[in-house]
Amino acid sequence: MNRESAGFAELLNKARERYPAVFENLSGAALWVLFAGLLIAALIFYTQFFVVGVIFGSIIALGAIGLTLIYGIMKFAHFAHGDMMMLAAYLAFFALTGRIVGERTEVDLGWSLDRLPGATTELGPLSFGYGLLLAMLVALIATVALFVALDRVVYRRLRQRGSGIVIFAMASLGIAITARSVILMLWGAEPRFYVPGINPAHEFPFGILLKADQIFIFATVAIVAILVYLLLFRTRIGKAMRATSDNPELARVSGIDTDQVIMWTWAIGGALVAVAGVLLAIQAQLKPELGFAILLPLFAAAILGGIGSPQGALIGAMIVGITQELSVGVDLSILGREILPLAPGYKFAVAFVILILILLVRPRGLFGAKA
Amino acid sequence: MKADRLITPAAWALVTVAIVTLPAARSQDLGGVISFLTGFAILVAIFAILALGLNVHWGYTGILNFGVVAFFMVGAYTAAIITKGPATTEYVRYVGGFGDKLDFIPFLDSEQWLPFLFGTAGAAIVSGALAFVLSIPTLRLREDYLAIATIGIAELLRRITIEERGLVNSDRGLIGIPAPLEDLVNPPEYKFIFFGLVVGLVILVLIALEAASRSPWGRVLKAIREDETTAAAAGKDIFGFKVQSFVVGAMIMGIGGAAYAYYSRTVSPDAFTHFFGTFLIWAMLIVGGSGNNKGAILGAYIVWGFYSVTGLMRAYFADWGLEFLELRMSFIRDLVVGALIVTVLLLRPAGLLPEERRVSLFMQREPKQRGPPGEPESGPTGSRLDDPPDREKGSGG
Repeated sequence: MNRESAGFAELLNKARERYPAVFENLSGAALWVLFAGLLIAALIFYTQFFVVGVIFGSIIALGAIGLTLIYGIMKFAHFAHGDMMMLAAYLAFFALTGRIVGERTEVDLGWSLDRLPGATTELGPLSFGYGLLLAMLVALIATVALFVALDRVVYRRLRQRGSGIVIFAMASLGIAITARSVILMLWGAEPRFYVPGINPAHEFPFGILLKADQIFIFATVAIVAILVYLLLFRTRIGKAMRATSDNPELARVSGIDTDQVIMWTWAIGGALVAVAGVLLAIQAQLKPELGFAILLPLFAAAILGGIGSPQGALIGAMIVGITQELSVGVDLSILGREILPLAPGYKFAVAFVILILILLVRPRGLFGAKA
Repeated sequence: MKADRLITPAAWALVTVAIVTLPAARSQDLGGVISFLTGFAILVAIFAILALGLNVHWGYTGILNFGVVAFFMVGAYTAAIITKGPATTEYVRYVGGFGDKLDFIPFLDSEQWLPFLFGTAGAAIVSGALAFVLSIPTLRLREDYLAIATIGIAELLRRITIEERGLVNSDRGLIGIPAPLEDLVNPPEYKFIFFGLVVGLVILVLIALEAASRSPWGRVLKAIREDETTAAAAGKDIFGFKVQSFVVGAMIMGIGGAAYAYYSRTVSPDAFTHFFGTFLIWAMLIVGGSGNNKGAILGAYIVWGFYSVTGLMRAYFADWGLEFLELRMSFIRDLVVGALIVTVLLLRPAGLLPEERRVSLFMQREPKQRGPPGEPESGPTGSRLDDPPDREKGSGG
């Protein structure tokens, strides 16, 4: 960054102040064109990266939908989201294997889901058996209970005191640190896997290489996303949630029980976090630091889509996922200087660049309501 | 109420007793204990500088900076590459290395102090410039967007230090950073000199900040924190003041980073984790009392004291055969830090040393007539004492 980019930012702000309507429509249209062009180009020219990006994006999407619901209804940034994803993934690991660190050696508690008959037998081409699915369910129930309990103990008290959004954000940061420390304390810093060994990639038409596990991830996300859609748009509580997200005061005076709405929001957020965490651990691995690193893609997706908009979060997550894959995979030189691929270490930083771009050009995101 | 008033001295006394007795009980060597305590005090002072910088952001202005480590790290690296000499082998690559050229005053042993003045000033300037650039897209928006953006810049900078190989020697970091006045005394005694220098730095920052917080500038910042709309209605340039506050706080953090580089003699990317560089400093400010500079220093003492004491306890756990605790202590204390942030926010949002209410010397001259003596907390402007900074705002973009 240098003075030129700072001047550019100033220019943008001036333009926004002078011609708000023109700027709004132009910026929205420009972003749509930019991202649609990017996705179509990726689909045509870099199909492999596109597909892998969609897989990663679908994991991000589950987290980002929960994040955007919490953000929309309670109006604060839930910084514990990524670490809670990781905690849920570790809870599933614990339910599956019963393993936990001991004094010097690993302790196996002697009861766990993988002891059920046939629980570790691979389901078709997948790398895991039905034990992991049960473990995911256990993690889901535990995470939902944890989210609702945390609301009772922490967030509800802050609400009752009328604390500002920033205090909520900070409390969630404290919870994030606590969750990460619990993971480190109980399962150590070494990366872990649900299942040892590798899941081989299969070849599909158009030269796409995909693992069976990745298809499972995508299918799971598709099912969960449809369930969330039905819940939000076909049930009473979903309607109440959307109303609260649009205008909390109006919702309250219309007789909506906002306490109940908030509880449901945490429960749905917790369920999504659990599934997203387990899927992330299947795709990557179980690593305590991953929880905080995933926060940036999550927030980038939620803000890109527009805070409070689940369908926006879904599309935002796909854009983030695909852009990340492209940025570390595609060769690109401009004027003889190599621009891409970026070093793999920058993968998560790409989300940050998207985030800054959105904040500069259109803070309300692609689908966000007008401020 | 009485028990409430005892918490602050009790916390202070507990940490002090533990940090003195734990090493003293295990070691017969008094010099070693004193050396340990000096090292501890130096780190407290460095953290105090960082917490003071954060206090400008959060405590004064209400800017939610979750990327303290970015400015900390930039300060440390800048100080390192300014004061170090050029690289001597081809295996170590970094930019800068001006240390040898900066002793251009031919007398007064200028190589012992002049490069460090440049290093510290450079750290402050680069850190402040980073804050300025970052403030333009984000400071107009809701404060939680800034928080996300600061996490992002911290992560990005850490990545840059690792991936850009020629910049600051990648993940192996920079070693052999010189320290100010180090050739004047024997190495074992140098710690005391450095302690004096860093305490002097804390005092300088503290005096400057106390003066600033009592000045019209400081009052505008607090007005913005309490109610942005009212401050804007009073004709204050909210964005301009926020940028100034963000830059000033970041410069102080940069200075803290420089002090850290001179003390540890080594900077490497794995030292600047989000936990060590950001959360710990937030814990210090929240525990100590945001909005109160002395609270920030007290918080640095208590949280780093807790951290060091738990480190010392490991040896005791080993003696007592509590191996699980011994091995897991570093994670348990992180857990306590996280839980401490939440607990303080819930139970004592103003921290151990709540913000002082009278910030203007002019107000002190007025006759005391608000409320009965002995209950100074009952004034009309005391909303901050019952509640943490509360600023509900829509998006400003």
